[in-house]
Amino acid sequence: MTPANPKLKNRIGESLSGANIIWESLVREGVEVCFGYPGGAIMPAYDAMIQYPIHHVLTRHEQGASHMADGYARASGQVGVCIATSGPGATNLVTGIATAMLDSIPIVCITGQVPSHLIGSDAFQETDITGCTIPVTKHNYLVTKPEQVAPTIREAFYIARSGRPGPVVVDITKDAQQQNCVFEWSDDEIVLPGYRPDYAPLAEQLEEAVELIQNAKRPILFAGHGVMNAGATGALLEFIDKTNIPVACTLLGLGGFPASHPRNLGMMGMHGETWVNKAIQDSDLIIAVGMRFDDRVTGNLKTYAPNAKKIHIELDPAEINKNVRVDVPIVGDARAVLLELLPHVDKCDRKDWLTYIEEIKGGSSVRDIKNLPDLGKLYAAHVIHDLYRHTEGKALVVTDVGQHQMWEAQYYKHDYPMKLLTSGGLGTMGFALPAGIGAKFAKPEDSVWIICGDGGFQMTQAELSTCAQEGIKVNVAIINNGFLGMVRQWQEFFFGGRYVATPLLSPDFVKIAEAHGLTGIRVEKRSEVEAAVRKAEETDGTVVIDFRVEQEDSVYPMVPAGANLQDMIQRPEEPGEQEHNPIFETGEDN
Amino acid sequence: MSQNVQRTFAVFVEDKPGVLNRVASLFRRRSFNIDSLNVGATHEPGVSRMTIVCEADEDKAKRIEANLYKMVNVLWVDDLTYKQSISRVLALIKVKCTRDQRDEVLKICDVFRARAIDMSPERVTIEITGPQDKVDGLVSVLRPFGILEMVQTGTVAMTRGVEEHDLAHPTVPASRSTAA
Repeated sequence: MTPANPKLKNRIGESLSGANIIWESLVREGVEVCFGYPGGAIMPAYDAMIQYPIHHVLTRHEQGASHMADGYARASGQVGVCIATSGPGATNLVTGIATAMLDSIPIVCITGQVPSHLIGSDAFQETDITGCTIPVTKHNYLVTKPEQVAPTIREAFYIARSGRPGPVVVDITKDAQQQNCVFEWSDDEIVLPGYRPDYAPLAEQLEEAVELIQNAKRPILFAGHGVMNAGATGALLEFIDKTNIPVACTLLGLGGFPASHPRNLGMMGMHGETWVNKAIQDSDLIIAVGMRFDDRVTGNLKTYAPNAKKIHIELDPAEINKNVRVDVPIVGDARAVLLELLPHVDKCDRKDWLTYIEEIKGGSSVRDIKNLPDLGKLYAAHVIHDLYRHTEGKALVVTDVGQHQMWEAQYYKHDYPMKLLTSGGLGTMGFALPAGIGAKFAKPEDSVWIICGDGGFQMTQAELSTCAQEGIKVNVAIINNGFLGMVRQWQEFFFGGRYVATPLLSPDFVKIAEAHGLTGIRVEKRSEVEAAVRKAEETDGTVVIDFRVEQEDSVYPMVPAGANLQDMIQRPEEPGEQEHNPIFETGEDN
Repeated sequence: MSQNVQRTFAVFVEDKPGVLNRVASLFRRRSFNIDSLNVGATHEPGVSRMTIVCEADEDKAKRIEANLYKMVNVLWVDDLTYKQSISRVLALIKVKCTRDQRDEVLKICDVFRARAIDMSPERVTIEITGPQDKVDGLVSVLRPFGILEMVQTGTVAMTRGVEEHDLAHPTVPASRSTAA
């Protein structure tokens, strides 16, 4: 199991407080950094913390703590840890917990709870946080005795990181922290009678999958987040190099297959490339790996990939046939399944199919904004494309939610896994800054670029103080269009251009940065982008760049929610001139 | 898409605080509507057994099963719907019944294999166990007498002796037959 931390004294067999046992257990689970905010019911744990080799990052809001733990986990592949007090401390974590749940991110949240004899009495700062978090955690625990602390934390880490990962909450009463017991720790394998994450693929399903792959004329493979979670990037590369099957990525799957690989088509779905969605609709076989056919990926299910047989390689059996009916479900680890399939599939050049895709690509890619002149305006897509070029595609990019998130997905080409962190499932605005801070602690050598909108940035802007206090270096690129841009875009397309509650007055972000003792830069022209990026990279300490971009630009192409995947709204010929097309007003309101 | 039918799941869970809440929360969250739910102890210490009846088509049933398995405290799930099984509810029904009507009411009880378990000059309380349709049948026959009060349990169910009791964990709940 975990190698014992050399800095840790062996205190097994000693009488320790529950508070001490929390840290004994966390250190033994390999925890080096945790993100949190103290308060009454967790004070015994905080008091014991200084005895242990753990760096605590004081956040400015508990939501920041859960997002930081999440960002740490996404960047490192390890379990992220956050800690908060009872009541409001714990409920403030919930947005971050739900974010981690929907994106299958392993985090463990330690919360203080009122003393056990007060539970149920509506005591000061009492919230039933285990009750609150049942629907948004993989599992959770209420611990009322010091003897339960160590085994529960062990289980929590095991559950968080095994199988399909997810968040686990461990709620520990104040008396359980204060009382003593003999500290015991076991490194034995954990066996939970009701929890078996180790699904193995069935031989006959593998055989059927091979047969479908061998007979397919127009196959396409979907790479989802599960590819990276399973460490299957190498296996996938081998599989594609042999079979020449074109690959489409989900948002969270970006980087799981190199963007520069000739078989990589790009992102699919609502803001996927036109040729990708068209290829999906024209395919005769879909091999979906570690993805869950989210509604943002499929559009109208009734018209989705009508001629394609579907193979679904997925670790979580509850995802099989949830949204899309599949022909061959393979429940198992993506890497193991791909390696099982590999020797049984033939080498193939797929000339006709790949030529066809190149043809449909040609027409639509010239309308790409990358190829359009800037006409003296600063377009967000240009900013992100320039950022991509100047960071040579090597930055660890953390995005928030909205237009900039989609532009990033389109214009920052990710060749490496786990270098794009984004809240895909829950779509949590305010995610980027704290998650980026967490990622920086996981990967201190990486150049971390946080890209967010002016709206999302202001949701968790207070964490700039955390950057300043910790003295860490991240770069924040605010794509500032003066609107809640994605909602504005929907208002333009689907709500008659009525901009209700989307124009956004923001403070001077340069001064905000400077007020924190950090560096602020404003960019208003495309010619200034490169210099700003270079200056940010060279400056010590966190830098905030306020990119004042075109206000009413939209993300293209777009499949309206619930519309057919092939019916995409295209970028108009002249930038900024969206022709109003009533056929797209069929989108559902979601 | 297969048809919605009423399905019966036997769900074995760890006997720990909050497990009922977790299972109920799962059904609510995923919009799986529960028709009836019964929980009780089993012969094995630490293991409780739930019988959950709900409407679902084949796909949904598989997802219910898979989602139940995802819960750490759920040990084993058995979809009894198409297995040879016995299901019972227990109902207590208090009806108005004058002295003159007693013979008739008791005869009705005989037909339904129900028992009178309490009697007062104007009332009879009847206990019946059986499948839900048998209870419904008795209720419809007793209704003209005037039902004063009624209570019934949720369904409890188990497979018949001829069914093998396979405790192995299914590797792929979404079985081949339903995915075709």
